[in-house]
Amino acid sequence: MATNHNSGSAWIKKPRNIATILSIIPGLGQFYNRRFLKGISLLIVTVSFLITTWNYIDIGIWGLFTLGTIPRDHHSIQLLIQGLISLIILGFGIAIYLYNLKDARSDAIARENHRSNPTLIQGMAAFYNNGFPYFMILPGLLMLLFIVVVPLMFMLALAFTDYNQYNAPPRHLLSWVGLNNFVDLANVGIWKDTFLSVFTWTVVWTVVATSFQIILGLFLALLVNDKRIKFKRTIRTILILPWAVPAFVSILIFSALFNPTFGAINRDILSQFETMIPWLSDPFWAKVALIMIQTWLGFPFVFALFTGVLQSVPQDMYEAADVDGGSRLQKFRHITLPHVLFATAPLLIMQYAGNFNNFNIIYLFNEGNPAVRGQNAGGTDILISWVYKLTFETNNYNMAAAITIIMGIIISVFAFFQFRKTASFKEEGRY
Amino acid sequence: MAMSQKKKSKIEVTFIYLFFLIMFIIIGYPLFWALMMSLNPGSNMLVTDLFPESPTLEHYKWLFMDPNSDYVIWYQNSLYVALVNAGGSVIITSLIAYAFSRYKFIGRKYGLYMFLLLQMFPALMGMVALYILLNTIGLTDSLYGLMLIYLGGQIPFNAWLVKGYFDTIPKELDEAAKMDGAGHLRVFWTIMLPLAKPILAVVALFNFMAPFMDFLLPRIVLTSPEKYTLALGLYNFINDQFSTNFTRFAAGSILIAIPIALVFLLLQRYLISGLTSGATKG
Repeated sequence: MATNHNSGSAWIKKPRNIATILSIIPGLGQFYNRRFLKGISLLIVTVSFLITTWNYIDIGIWGLFTLGTIPRDHHSIQLLIQGLISLIILGFGIAIYLYNLKDARSDAIARENHRSNPTLIQGMAAFYNNGFPYFMILPGLLMLLFIVVVPLMFMLALAFTDYNQYNAPPRHLLSWVGLNNFVDLANVGIWKDTFLSVFTWTVVWTVVATSFQIILGLFLALLVNDKRIKFKRTIRTILILPWAVPAFVSILIFSALFNPTFGAINRDILSQFETMIPWLSDPFWAKVALIMIQTWLGFPFVFALFTGVLQSVPQDMYEAADVDGGSRLQKFRHITLPHVLFATAPLLIMQYAGNFNNFNIIYLFNEGNPAVRGQNAGGTDILISWVYKLTFETNNYNMAAAITIIMGIIISVFAFFQFRKTASFKEEGRY
Repeated sequence: MAMSQKKKSKIEVTFIYLFFLIMFIIIGYPLFWALMMSLNPGSNMLVTDLFPESPTLEHYKWLFMDPNSDYVIWYQNSLYVALVNAGGSVIITSLIAYAFSRYKFIGRKYGLYMFLLLQMFPALMGMVALYILLNTIGLTDSLYGLMLIYLGGQIPFNAWLVKGYFDTIPKELDEAAKMDGAGHLRVFWTIMLPLAKPILAVVALFNFMAPFMDFLLPRIVLTSPEKYTLALGLYNFINDQFSTNFTRFAAGSILIAIPIALVFLLLQRYLISGLTSGATKG
């Protein structure tokens, strides 16, 4: 007991610990360290932080848990957003607080080692030097937090509420319902059927459309790269054209081209063969049209990418293969393909992710139609366009949010693979 | 033997050219069709011809002359948003990328992970909350609200792209400058920025073009026609009564497609090299 007390008091007498404990009230530790200016600024920052944000955070956190208690008086959605913003402000507050503790301690340690306190100018310079990267990222970070992170967190939160057309603020209060929405998605007939069919089509769409793009782009890049081909520049320029034209324009043009009544494809081309294809009203043909259009839109990017990379394949590898009598196919499989894929993998993964989220083409071509019996999504709807419809057309916010979360998980898998393929992370050991 | 080899090669080359020809037709046909539609008189799509007997510029004239046409205003709006977006995104992302590429600080690694992940999430996912947030600060139906979303949304992808490019600039350069007494901002301004011009041009170009191509965000944010951007305005030409205004839509589209395609084709070399070096450090 006595020894304990002794060691305890020894511990407490160390200046670094005194400073740390004192700065539980921000600024006091700095006063102890005789860094008065810093202490005063920290104290002022803390007090003003508390005065300005206390109320907001208090209501916000309360709202986050309860989502309001009096209908019409409390607006659950606004409370939810306030709660999320409060969390972020609180995060900043905690960061400043931790900085205060750490700062008091390190200054005290410096004093223990009998280093004299820096002058005002030195102190300011050190603050500027250490804080510089934070000042640089602060404006962007704030925008990112409020424009990207808060909305995504909000969507995440909605998935666990009962917010829909019939249960909407300010008339009704929302409440947390746990995993109910996900359970509905898996059990309730119409949701289950729709989800399964939309999900399957999304996967098929992502894989097929993107792979077509990549294969066509690669094939064309190889052809243009052939030594016997002339007018390379002109050919490349024309092949890149679909990328250069704004995509929404091309999609709307295609939508008109495929129109069964006045579109040129049925009227001018297929009529030669006495056939008509219901491009917009039959789900199967609409899907075929979509994949063809996306291939048209997407191959030029891949083509341009591969053209750039092909020129960097070391020529001596081909010469060595020639000596060994390798066939053209073998050279392609063992030299060209690995080289090209390795150099472009992250961008190719992004192509898949891009098509997974390719709202524009689905919506602009046919608004996800044709309608399908027994389903609340259209026949060509992919997950993201379904979410759009659920949100903005039928106001099924909770289900839309639940589906968004499932999409988010899938996207994270893409991101994971991209992360593994990205060189900039492999070289992170540099610092 | 040698003869047949040569012959085989010739046939092959012919087939390759033939394939290119087919591709050219597939690429050119829709664009040519749209161009011809814009020259068709009237708006009844059922009587349009690929080669109209009396081609007319009436739709182009309507876009610019008719008092009911907001086309010029939309062009101005789009240009305004595009310029602010291009300039703002270069400033914000280059600052972030500089910090991430050259400094060690708490949260650096997780910040990079966050960029990589967020870059894949389309803005559409957070649209409901964005709308409510804009509403609380009074920026719905406002071009500024639109700019704000564009500027924030582009950060993850572009910061990552520029950071990758900054990483390829030798660190010795800025260390030498620091030896000579240059401060943080001076190194950034006199060494990093000039050397990173290619990637900054790519970022500026991407963000300049985005407002011309995007119709979804404007559709959710903007409600009054005089605030529309081009993409949204044109979409509404055919969204309301599809078959009746396609010729007008075609004329309006061609007038944005041509300048954008020209800029694009002129700069595509930089786009590709910027993308590959920034995204893969190839």
